[in-house]
Amino acid sequence: MKEYRPILVGTVTKYVFIESSKFTPEELALKAYEISKGMMIKETCFGLQVTGMPEEVNELIGRIREFDPSHIFVKDRGFPPGDPRRCRANLGGARPGFHGHEYEIPLLPYVSHGLETPVERTSEPMKVQRKEKLDIWTLKRKMEEA
Amino acid sequence: MAKIFIYPMTSLILSDMVARFGHQPMGSALAIRERIQTPSVESPPLQITPEEPKKGLKYAAVEVPSGVRGRMAIMGPLIEEAEAAIIITDADFAFGCMGCARTNELLKDLVRNRAIPKLELRYPTSEEEGDRFVAAIREFLESLREGG
Repeated sequence: MKEYRPILVGTVTKYVFIESSKFTPEELALKAYEISKGMMIKETCFGLQVTGMPEEVNELIGRIREFDPSHIFVKDRGFPPGDPRRCRANLGGARPGFHGHEYEIPLLPYVSHGLETPVERTSEPMKVQRKEKLDIWTLKRKMEEA
Repeated sequence: MAKIFIYPMTSLILSDMVARFGHQPMGSALAIRERIQTPSVESPPLQITPEEPKKGLKYAAVEVPSGVRGRMAIMGPLIEEAEAAIIITDADFAFGCMGCARTNELLKDLVRNRAIPKLELRYPTSEEEGDRFVAAIREFLESLREGG
């Protein structure tokens, strides 16, 4: 068994997705570099990956969001960018998390629309009613009645 | 700020919405990050060692596949820590290469049986549904803030 020595301990990595007509990932990356304080920023086809100490990353994310609040989306990432266990440069094929992003990215315009719609103009909030399953006592009663 | 369990645990939309409205999303990235930043024995790709299926016994019986128990060792503590939960019920992509259907069933069952505020939604398929989707999340998260 081999000893495992982690890298970038104490840092956080966040994905920044951009679904905007105002910015491309390239422009956003340039703006992020301008305001970052030596953080690791990686430009991707969908936006950025930002790695650094938690407070610095949160501050940068807050400022990045201001560029286009309803069209910039952020989520945490467990691995740092380029980690050989996840990076497709080493593995080939799509990164496993890509499939989740592939599913959700086409839905982002609907979410952006929801964020831009004033609260007073929104119709009733979504409610999902779960179908009640037939319980065994009801089934038994129905069988006895039949 | 409340800790909100999100399902699917890798959801970009839910993770963003929760953070945007001032709470902490409890997604799988947090647990994975903790594992890959802790020195131990090398066990790629996710640093899941043989210890994890043992820890998973807290959530699933011994005859349940070790994959489910290993996943529950990562995700179970997040459910226990969560103060509220948002579940998307039609997240079919969370099964397949993204995750395990049986673990997902178990996760949702554990969340539904916990006495915490819960919100169940479907993915929006139109702009109008997008409005209602965001409104539901906003209302839910603001109610948590008011409730303290």
